[in-house]
Amino acid sequence: MISSGSPTDRIVITGVGLTSPNGDTLVDFREALLNGRSGVSDYEIRYVGKTFAGVCRFDELKYQKRRDVRRGTRAGSIAIYCANEALADSGLDWPNIDRQRVGVYIGVTEHGNVETENEIHEIKGYDYDTSVWSHHHNPRTVANNPAGEITLNLGITGPHYTIGAACAAGNAGMIQGAQMLRLGECDLALCGGVSESIHTFGIFAGFASQGALAAHTNAALASRPFDKARNGIVVSEGGCLYTLERYEDARRRGAKIYGEIAGYAMNSDASDFVLPNPDEQSRCMRMALDRAGLAADNIGIVSTHATATASGDVQECEAVRRVFGKSRTTCINNTKSFIGHAMGAAGSLELAGNLLSFEDGVCHATINVDDLDPDCDLPGLVLNQPREGLQIDTILNNSFGMLGINSALIVKRV
Amino acid sequence: MTRDEIRDEILDILGDIAPDEDLSQLDDSQSFREQMELDSMDFLDIVMELRKRHRVQIPEDDYVNLASMDSTCTYLEPLMKDTAKA
Repeated sequence: MISSGSPTDRIVITGVGLTSPNGDTLVDFREALLNGRSGVSDYEIRYVGKTFAGVCRFDELKYQKRRDVRRGTRAGSIAIYCANEALADSGLDWPNIDRQRVGVYIGVTEHGNVETENEIHEIKGYDYDTSVWSHHHNPRTVANNPAGEITLNLGITGPHYTIGAACAAGNAGMIQGAQMLRLGECDLALCGGVSESIHTFGIFAGFASQGALAAHTNAALASRPFDKARNGIVVSEGGCLYTLERYEDARRRGAKIYGEIAGYAMNSDASDFVLPNPDEQSRCMRMALDRAGLAADNIGIVSTHATATASGDVQECEAVRRVFGKSRTTCINNTKSFIGHAMGAAGSLELAGNLLSFEDGVCHATINVDDLDPDCDLPGLVLNQPREGLQIDTILNNSFGMLGINSALIVKRV
Repeated sequence: MTRDEIRDEILDILGDIAPDEDLSQLDDSQSFREQMELDSMDFLDIVMELRKRHRVQIPEDDYVNLASMDSTCTYLEPLMKDTAKA
């Protein structure tokens, strides 16, 4: 350890572990995004019936015994897979890392709905006799479960908790990790976001009742932010966790550095349970830019949050227009068009989808835009085909969520 | 259920609870814990599965009888003698 933590510490990304509906490694995920390969598939869930979802297909048994998979939750398994992959990618000498100095900060949109629904479904078969309610229910549904499962799996004795931040959770997890490094609470942060949401019927039924669940004849075309024919969200599972370290620590060990956390901001709309507010969203982006010491036209890519709802996309585009409308150097894209909405994992996965643009100079597209909604038209939108031959030095990653939670995270090339 | 049928049922439950274990070499006279990785939550799973599958209620004071296959079968035989095989 070089620094005990300082507000001026530079924080860098040194490892990425992910599972998404169209790739289980950073390289495979990037390849799918550059080749226009959707991860959305047909899906069926009890009570709701046939719908679409982004389903992950990583090997749970790569880092867990079958007993531990059974004991834990899907979110826990996703988190464990991503954490182990991130550590492997980081090149850290894990057996010799002081586990007391590792912090685990995992963003979640929700947690516990899956297990609660499963138990209610189970006791229904016993005439609602609660004596058959599982003793596993509480350890599976406590809000820290996915982060705690990582610590059990990896023997980490530093702090762990989840950050409940609706669909801004992936960014919030990363911001928490950076803050804890600067406070000296840990020397290595495992952070980002995870989601098991496709295993709860309630999220599908809730979006359907809200008129915000995607419907289409073709799964791969169902998630279509900015398109006139968009009609709602495709729910997805997934996870993306990063190893964050202080720059000096990473440099000393000769680590590969994907990028530096240049700035971030979180704020609240304080205006509506579900409808976004462009005033506060744009303020959030401006705060992040100010803290990074950057102007709008210094940003190479804005990764939008847009979920393909009728009003949400328009509101975010208005917010982005206010900040980036005059920038001629900023590309704007959307990863949900490929993978749907990975909820708590969305922010961290969408950043990962863009991270390799520092190396390959490509901005991945927003797919499924056959007829651009004029209200979503923005200069710099990258539609249907990736834009190549760019010099990308900065990414601003938007993630917003219900109850008016906003986050913007800026990562820059080192 | 006969003692052999009860034994098969417990083996089936153990197969779910401890899917990584090889149960073919299980020594019925030795405690489960000496032969496989089982904790208190796993033992509660045995109790829960018997409750769900056969409506057998095992009081907490009697959990000690579930230490080994032999002791489990001996304890359950009178409780499950009128239980039909699933």
